[in-house]
Amino acid sequence: MNHFRAADARRFVNAAFVIGVAFVIFGMSFGVLAVSAGASVWQSCAMSLLVFTGASQMSAVSVLASGGTAASAFGGAVLLAGRNAVYGLALSPVLKKSSLPARLVGAQWVIDETTALVSAEPDDEVRRTAFWVSAPILYASWNLGTLLGAVIGSNIDPSDFGLDAAFPVMFVAMLAPHLRTTAGKRAAVFGAVVAVALAPFMPIGLPILVSAAGMLFGIAPAGTARVANTDGAP
Amino acid sequence: MTWALVFALSAAAYGLKLLGAVIVGQRTMPPVVERCLLLIPAALLAGLIAKDTFTIGQSIGVDARAAGLAVATVATWKKMPFAVIIVLGVGTTALIRLFA
Repeated sequence: MNHFRAADARRFVNAAFVIGVAFVIFGMSFGVLAVSAGASVWQSCAMSLLVFTGASQMSAVSVLASGGTAASAFGGAVLLAGRNAVYGLALSPVLKKSSLPARLVGAQWVIDETTALVSAEPDDEVRRTAFWVSAPILYASWNLGTLLGAVIGSNIDPSDFGLDAAFPVMFVAMLAPHLRTTAGKRAAVFGAVVAVALAPFMPIGLPILVSAAGMLFGIAPAGTARVANTDGAP
Repeated sequence: MTWALVFALSAAAYGLKLLGAVIVGQRTMPPVVERCLLLIPAALLAGLIAKDTFTIGQSIGVDARAAGLAVATVATWKKMPFAVIIVLGVGTTALIRLFA
């Protein structure tokens, strides 16, 4: 890791700390919710360490808190975790160059935010830096927040501070570089429309998986039409 | 909450990550698949933004988050620093909630 350029590394440390603040606060609300749903402090912390997918964890404990069965808590959470498999595919070129043990560790850190940070970078080497620098900071922040929430208990409601907007807002900044290509724009519009339009008709977590079909805009080779035109041009 | 649920969920979540990142992902892909994989973040990030802003549970609706998103979009377009974009988006949402 010592070949990371210091300037890049510093940039991702800064970005990860900004996201990390939100992670600590949301981690705290997870910890509080988990304990109030009947989890012990150990169980709450084990979930954040081992599951490490905020949306799934939140969903599981809120199902339990509202009296749902373990099976329905599990089903909903797995549906929400499904997108990490797709993210893993997207991040695999970044992980490929690492040793197998490193890939096995890195896989645990494949989530919305690391994928967003990494994929906003055009350069392969910078992408690797983005992943290996930001992921441990985000992992630590989420687990620190969980521990604090589970132990201290008293909670701040993130939405009082507008923090429920923190994730869509940070994703806007990270989406921007993807909109430079036509295929990127199409995939984004498709994803956004599908995620909202299907929400009332599908269990939570499923519409976003259907959004991933926006990747099929990549089947048409970029610039085919233009190449065909120049072929026929005088 | 049982330990069985904690471990089942851990295994499933890690298994899904591993499936994409290591098991399938380490093969060499044909160019058409590579092009599709590059579009995953665009499709999913846009989907997450739209879902996190315009839905509550399974119902569609517009609230203070939409204003935060609008301000953040302008801030991104103006190429403001990452932290500024987040503070503006979150701050706008909080202020509207405070006064609405």
